[in-house]
Amino acid sequence: MSADATTVTAGDAALLRVEHLTIRFGGLIAVDDLSFAAQDREITALIGPNGAGKTTVFNCLTGFYKPSVGRFVLNLADGPRYLERMEGFDIARAGVARTFQNIRLFTGMSVLENLLAAQHNKLMRASFFALAGLLNLRSYRRAEAEAVELARYWLDRIGLSDRADINAGNLPYGDQRRLEIARAMCIEPVLLCLDEPAAGLNVRESAELNALLAYIRDEHRIALLLIEHDMSVVMEISDHVVVLDYGKQISAGSPAEVRKDPAVIRAYLGEEEDAELPPIIEKDLGEGS
Amino acid sequence: MAVTTLPAQRTLDVPAVLKECGLAAFVAFALAAPMVGLETLPLTGGLGINTRFGAVAYAAVLVFFGRLGFALLRAGYPVPVLIASLVFAAVLISLLLTGADQILPFKSLILNWFIALLAVVITVRAAWALHRPTAEMAARERENVMDRVGIAVLRGARWLGPLAIAVAIALPFLPFADRRFLDLAILVMTYVMLGWGLNIVVGLAGLLDLGYVAFYAVGAYSFALLALHFDLGFWVSLPLAGLMAAGAGVLLGFPVLRLRGDYLAIVTLGFGEMIRIILVNWYSFTNGPDGLSGIPRPSFFGFPFTRRPAEGTMSFHQLFDVDFASIQRIIFLYYVILVLALVTNMFTLRLRKLPLGRAWEALREDEVACRSLGINPTNTKLTAFGIGAMFAGIAGSFFATRQGFISPESFTFIESAIILSIVVLGGMGSQIGVVVAAILLIGMPEWFRELGQFRMLAFGAGMVLIMIWRPRGLLAHRDPTIRLNRDGDFEAPG
Amino acid sequence: MAYFLQQLINGITLGAIYGLIAIGYTMVYGIIGMINFAHGEIYMIGAFISVICFTALGLLGITWVPLALLIVLVIAMVFTAVYGWTVERIAYRPLRGSSRLAPLISAIGMSIFLQNDVQLLQGARIKPLQPVIEGGFILTEMDGFAVHLGYIQIFIVFLTVVLMALFSVFIARTDIGRAQRACEQDRTMAGLLGVNVDRTISLAFVMGAALAAVAGTMVVLYYGVVHFYIGFLAGIKAFTAAVLGGIGSLPGAMLGGLLIGLIEVFWSAYFTIEYKDVAAYSILVLVLIFRPTGLLGKPEVEKV
Repeated sequence: MSADATTVTAGDAALLRVEHLTIRFGGLIAVDDLSFAAQDREITALIGPNGAGKTTVFNCLTGFYKPSVGRFVLNLADGPRYLERMEGFDIARAGVARTFQNIRLFTGMSVLENLLAAQHNKLMRASFFALAGLLNLRSYRRAEAEAVELARYWLDRIGLSDRADINAGNLPYGDQRRLEIARAMCIEPVLLCLDEPAAGLNVRESAELNALLAYIRDEHRIALLLIEHDMSVVMEISDHVVVLDYGKQISAGSPAEVRKDPAVIRAYLGEEEDAELPPIIEKDLGEGS
Repeated sequence: MAVTTLPAQRTLDVPAVLKECGLAAFVAFALAAPMVGLETLPLTGGLGINTRFGAVAYAAVLVFFGRLGFALLRAGYPVPVLIASLVFAAVLISLLLTGADQILPFKSLILNWFIALLAVVITVRAAWALHRPTAEMAARERENVMDRVGIAVLRGARWLGPLAIAVAIALPFLPFADRRFLDLAILVMTYVMLGWGLNIVVGLAGLLDLGYVAFYAVGAYSFALLALHFDLGFWVSLPLAGLMAAGAGVLLGFPVLRLRGDYLAIVTLGFGEMIRIILVNWYSFTNGPDGLSGIPRPSFFGFPFTRRPAEGTMSFHQLFDVDFASIQRIIFLYYVILVLALVTNMFTLRLRKLPLGRAWEALREDEVACRSLGINPTNTKLTAFGIGAMFAGIAGSFFATRQGFISPESFTFIESAIILSIVVLGGMGSQIGVVVAAILLIGMPEWFRELGQFRMLAFGAGMVLIMIWRPRGLLAHRDPTIRLNRDGDFEAPG
Repeated sequence: MAYFLQQLINGITLGAIYGLIAIGYTMVYGIIGMINFAHGEIYMIGAFISVICFTALGLLGITWVPLALLIVLVIAMVFTAVYGWTVERIAYRPLRGSSRLAPLISAIGMSIFLQNDVQLLQGARIKPLQPVIEGGFILTEMDGFAVHLGYIQIFIVFLTVVLMALFSVFIARTDIGRAQRACEQDRTMAGLLGVNVDRTISLAFVMGAALAAVAGTMVVLYYGVVHFYIGFLAGIKAFTAAVLGGIGSLPGAMLGGLLIGLIEVFWSAYFTIEYKDVAAYSILVLVLIFRPTGLLGKPEVEKV
């Protein structure tokens, strides 16, 4: 087990610092004294076996649960925000966007409407809480045109421009995944949290996803926090990996470091250390290098 | 029990079919035996009993053969069904027409006609099955037909809307528009406005409100009290009453709007009843069950509709130098509610295209996702609740001034249920659907006064049947509020 | 003190009746997660069938009270159960799997239908019934106020306790009860494991209706009148009881019923009788806001 204190100090200037996070449900400790940091312009991956508490960390970070102990510090230009004290929608307003493990689009609304709903707060201000919109003032029309432009930009990125007017629920699965990411990006976040974005994608779609995430990191210069099972995604694009098991951090570092950590191998493959890796997993683990 | 989910097959499993029909007949018998078979009659000092066993047996037999008919149709034997139902319908109708229906076990004329109608429906269905052997107009196909109608209506909205408005404007001057017709038109239009108001809450924001009538009541009482105590005119009291209803909506909505769908429904029902009970019991303020009377009639912007206006004022007919006629007031009332309803409609249509309206719909789709996008669910719901309540309040004011008298009687739960069914039956979120449903639910039963005591029975049964037939409502098709690609055609419903 | 004791007795009696109705709500909600809005009308029908049956027995000359009671209870339970089954079959089963609103609207329609159906068939007037179980005894006498305990009150509470005990054993021990609990946990999984889900759901409606019929009989015996409109209010209050106790929990329904009965009686006795229904509604609102899981319900973790 690597010392988590070093991780905390190393991340002092980080965009997001998770400090001593503990989450209990009744008697069950889902997350136990977890500390890590997510840097700007980096992809931080949170990995671990099923039930390790990854999604719980996400739900806590985005305000759906309250932590039992610990805090989330989001360092913005105008000072730190303590996310554990904020409502879910305020966390989003502070610039933390997320996607969900089982996609949560507005399935009955069109693709474009999904992206405009994400720009709600900006547009509400522009429309003076619907008043300017009701009067159809020019200021509102301009704001709406800008919002549509942003949506169009992301639709071009994910290749859905020609299908912008169909219901989001009618899109194929892989497109829905990417639309959810585009929708999250439309709130113009500083931190994008992705809950298993590659789940259920085929190889080609998975590669497209990697390209999209790398693009977001490099062009939009924001931090990405990623939960993933798919090792090819993690190893290929992550800059920093945190490994969880039974709610505890068992390893952290670059993908290469983590891959060699015996604790990680033990967590994924069981106790027998000298057991050989099944070829498929060896391939998975090795794909990043 | 005509809901068939089995695929069409040309095999007849006789024992199974008989068992099924026997079960249906037995259930019908058990349902009818105590309720139909034994009628309690009030006697001095207790109850007496009037037996109607013939009717029970008749009901069971009818259900048996009805079920058998459906089973045969499903199994692909339309000919015997066609013959049997045709003969039955012919006999029944001829009995009814010759006035010999006294020999039938059911004494109610309407009920007998209804059964005849059912027989005709089965006949038509059998004929249809004969015409298309694979018959089985599957539920899916039916859905598609109605969806296509919904899309066609939406597509036609561009010219259908103005046409409907033109007809509505011309209505009072059409030859058949007598006083009774106009009264009915005003009533329907009031419900259209209420439906459009509730559509914001239920159709757009997806909040099931079973106590909408509370805000209708708040509007009506606010209007009446303002007019009676402060002598405020119609055009001043109207917006004030709307604001008060909106305030009531926000006040009641605030604590409960984070509740889940069906819990919210029950709580709003509770609020609706609480307001009614308060209206009944707060005697000094609301005059209790006796209600408030003498509410001033609306004037034509200060010119009253009276034959002889008070000293120094001018009445409507003097102003326009026409002869006095009481229908002038009715026509004016009709135009007032028409304008109010249209304002409601345009306001809603505009809001749908704004971020607020989009947030309402997003909230209906997925509240968790909304929170993750920075939309404040409580505030957003509150605006929907408040705006919906405001329109109910304005409609309530209109109701008060039209009747000149209000009492808690007018604001029972059943009113909420009626308004809600207008919204849901029309197809949630569909503005034209509300108009269609209001005409169906309010206009038709009023027109068929002869149905008498069967009206509410048919109303309840209609609600159940339409829900089963089309759970999403009659004209449930949603069109995007904004398009990226101008030439985008209507997509197929998914 | 004596006055208080008297109200306590009345409240427990009323609470027992509400509790029996509440079980129907809680069972259906537990399995299919919908509010069976027509349940209040089922209870009303149970009460009507009891009145009809008592009258018919009286005319047939069966006047020995225990026998008459037994016959009426059995007949009311059986025939009301058929109503429960039919309501589910016609109004709810075709809508299983559609949105949450559709079955609720359908239920409201059913409720309107049943109310008017009974009004048409049996007339709109209040139906009186001569007292069947009369008498009682004076418990104590204090400050010139006699605390009266009627035999009917003893009967109601006793019967409720017996039924509750039987019902709990039934749910806990029998195969049908096990199927009920399995469907409450996970309907799809129970179906995959060979539980006949349709039949289990039907049975929940049938059992709920039978218990509501008993409540209907009790109300007829207790108040001596029945009217086609009684279902609505009793339904709301029993639903409040189910929510207060924790919807989905059988002991919760009973406890909730008892509390609602007590609150209503004490409110009428010490405050204003006009606002006793407002009291019930207020409790419903407060419980749902501050403790939506009720007193004995399991907390619901939000799935994200």
